[in-house]
Amino acid sequence: MAKLSLEELRKLRDEKRYELDKRETENKDTEIIVGMGTCGIAAGAKEAMQAFIEELNDQGLSNVAVKQTGCMGLCYSEPTVEVHLPGMPDIIYGDVDPETAKKIVRKHIMGKTLVNDHIYDRPAADIVKKD
Amino acid sequence: MEFNHYILVCGGTGCESSKADDIYRNLLKECEAQGVKDSVQVVKTGCFGFCEQGPIVKILPEESFYVQVKPDDARELIAEHIVKGRQVERLLYDQEKTRRLTGIEDIQFYQKQLRVVLRNCGVINPENIDEYIAREGYAALEKAIFEMTPDEVVEELKTSGLRGRGGAGFPTWMKWKFTKQVQEEEKYIVCNADEGDPGAYMDRSTLEGDPHNVLEAMAIAGHTVGAKQGYIYIRAEYPLAINRLNKAIEQALDYGLLGENILGSDFSFNIELRLGAGAFVCGEETALLASVEGERGMPRPRPPFPAVKGLWNKPTVINNVETWANIPVILLRGANWFSNIGTDKSKGTKVFALTGKINNSGLVEVPMGTPLRDIINDIGGGIKDGKAFKAVQTGGPSGGVITSEFLDTPIDYEHLQELGSIMGSGGMIVMDEDDCMVDVAKFYLGFTVDESCGKCAPCRVGGRKLLNILERISKGQGSRQDLQKLKDIGEAMKRAALCGLGQTAPNPILSTMKYFEDEYLEHIDEQYCRAGKCKELVTYTINPENCIGCGICARRCPVNAISGEKRQPHEIDQALCIKCGECYNACKFDAVIVK
Ligand SMILES: Cc1cc2nc3c(=O)[nH]c(=O)nc-3n(C[C@H](O)[C@H](O)[C@H](O)COP(=O)(O)O)c2cc1C
Repeated sequence: MAKLSLEELRKLRDEKRYELDKRETENKDTEIIVGMGTCGIAAGAKEAMQAFIEELNDQGLSNVAVKQTGCMGLCYSEPTVEVHLPGMPDIIYGDVDPETAKKIVRKHIMGKTLVNDHIYDRPAADIVKKD
Repeated sequence: MEFNHYILVCGGTGCESSKADDIYRNLLKECEAQGVKDSVQVVKTGCFGFCEQGPIVKILPEESFYVQVKPDDARELIAEHIVKGRQVERLLYDQEKTRRLTGIEDIQFYQKQLRVVLRNCGVINPENIDEYIAREGYAALEKAIFEMTPDEVVEELKTSGLRGRGGAGFPTWMKWKFTKQVQEEEKYIVCNADEGDPGAYMDRSTLEGDPHNVLEAMAIAGHTVGAKQGYIYIRAEYPLAINRLNKAIEQALDYGLLGENILGSDFSFNIELRLGAGAFVCGEETALLASVEGERGMPRPRPPFPAVKGLWNKPTVINNVETWANIPVILLRGANWFSNIGTDKSKGTKVFALTGKINNSGLVEVPMGTPLRDIINDIGGGIKDGKAFKAVQTGGPSGGVITSEFLDTPIDYEHLQELGSIMGSGGMIVMDEDDCMVDVAKFYLGFTVDESCGKCAPCRVGGRKLLNILERISKGQGSRQDLQKLKDIGEAMKRAALCGLGQTAPNPILSTMKYFEDEYLEHIDEQYCRAGKCKELVTYTINPENCIGCGICARRCPVNAISGEKRQPHEIDQALCIKCGECYNACKFDAVIVK
């Protein structure tokens, strides 16, 4: 990537913002976002990530992206995972061990059913989106 | 099968105890009875972090947030909300009633947290600069270079009221202004990411979750004060944060957001990492700068302050990670937006690392002025295992304890100081009835004595003396004069030590003595430790009435001090017992007694 000029940065921002927004709308892609801070990794986020990838493979689901992010603040319930799925509200799961990861793929992503006892909530509203 | 609605019932400990389970069952029953079973899924969730208003029921996709729900409300919720599509006003959380005194419109949501510093943490992929850019990343740098003069940036910081988050709370704009004023070719920008407080991990998480935020802020400072080089001093024990920072720097260089002629302007700025070896004193700014220069990390007297004579004797702006993380958003949303959050003299939010005997340990970001009670009960979900709250330590080894009678104190720099503690960097360790206050003071003092660099006598000698006295007291060998000695030495250290480490080291003792004098006296007069923590003062015995002779304790005992026939009451050999408490924790029949 060549160095950006001011105009190019602004253009890039608009493009990427559009992509991020697209996630929120109906025809967004399915995403599993795993919290990969030190707290998440210590609690087994890497194993959970691996389990997601394996289960998605086993089930032949190729349209699901597995991504990573930092600590959301819910360290007591790590590993935490956020699932974006078209037609479903965005959901945050906590205490996701490999078993639960498989359940999330089978029940939530394939069955459109939430997985009991593992749902958490974002700790605060988003100040970037609100305007 | 697809559902139209999802009903989330909070299953956290707080809500469970107020009948969340019955609500869950009634909701299921009502869904069945009212014939909507197939289009509604009822689920139990983890804690929503709003326990005071529990039990909580949230209905998606409308995001309706119902509070203080009773089992009998289930019928109405299903009949009205699900069947007729009308929210049940009566149970909706009333934003107006609990609106903060500061009246920030931004808390449209129900939670008590407001994420300014952590706004991107847990939202973006920290290893992808594009996601940061999409969320207004590097727009503040743009503004600082192309739309504002350096003086305007300083003025904006002044209006915002931002104060340093590294401990002392010094106004950030002043540091920048001092450095800006000095006429020198070479100046430096430094980020303090040493984070040495035991129990603190705010800065680590910020860097791991949103590294570009700090890079952008440092570049803004570089442009404002006229510096071309920045350093991030980060402890080597933070490998993930280091890795992500390195990636972030590489990406920013690639995009021309760091390096030569940023965004085509004539401003150039580079950032390098310097790894610390984990000495607590290297978090002190003058020791840190010495360490960056390759010297031994020891503090030097101030003035001159780093703002005027810092790294290699050049003017240097040094700020803490969290301070940096506030800066881009202040430039973007404006100083007034920021100064509307918080209290009179403490603006914005503060991130705390909530740990100890608390249900929901984690990173918490709240507006300054939030009462401790909200943090511990609502966000933290209360004390573990239903035990009684005793105190919370803020400010780590430089701070003190806050007791239950002060739980409603708004948290800001001034109020914490009044209570004999400090804001510090944001560690918050919650203690319950099982914690001994003499032991807590001894722990922190042991830490500062270990970490003292030894340069000045008040800290090197005074700290050791204090620790000796505390050790004596915790063995039941202390005297009443010792209390006076603790005070005298402590006060002398506060005045005479060279740096903050020695000056604040007595704080944990002075504050526990102030609020828990009775516990000190019990140790001294009665050789009694009510929490059972001071090993020399407790004995473990087995009550033969309760002991069924299962033998678990004997198997757990690491020194084979417990013996007895199968199914017969066992016994502890006091000469062998090391008082580790394993038997006490292992016994399921309450047969082990601690005295
Ligand atoms: C013993 C000691 C340890 C310190 N450790 C840290 C630390 O780990 N991180 C930090 O940011 N500031 C630490 N400080 C405070 C720094 O000296 C300095 O005040 C801070 O970097 C200034 O940044 P701020 O104005 O943004 O708060 C420490 C101070 C003392 C006396």
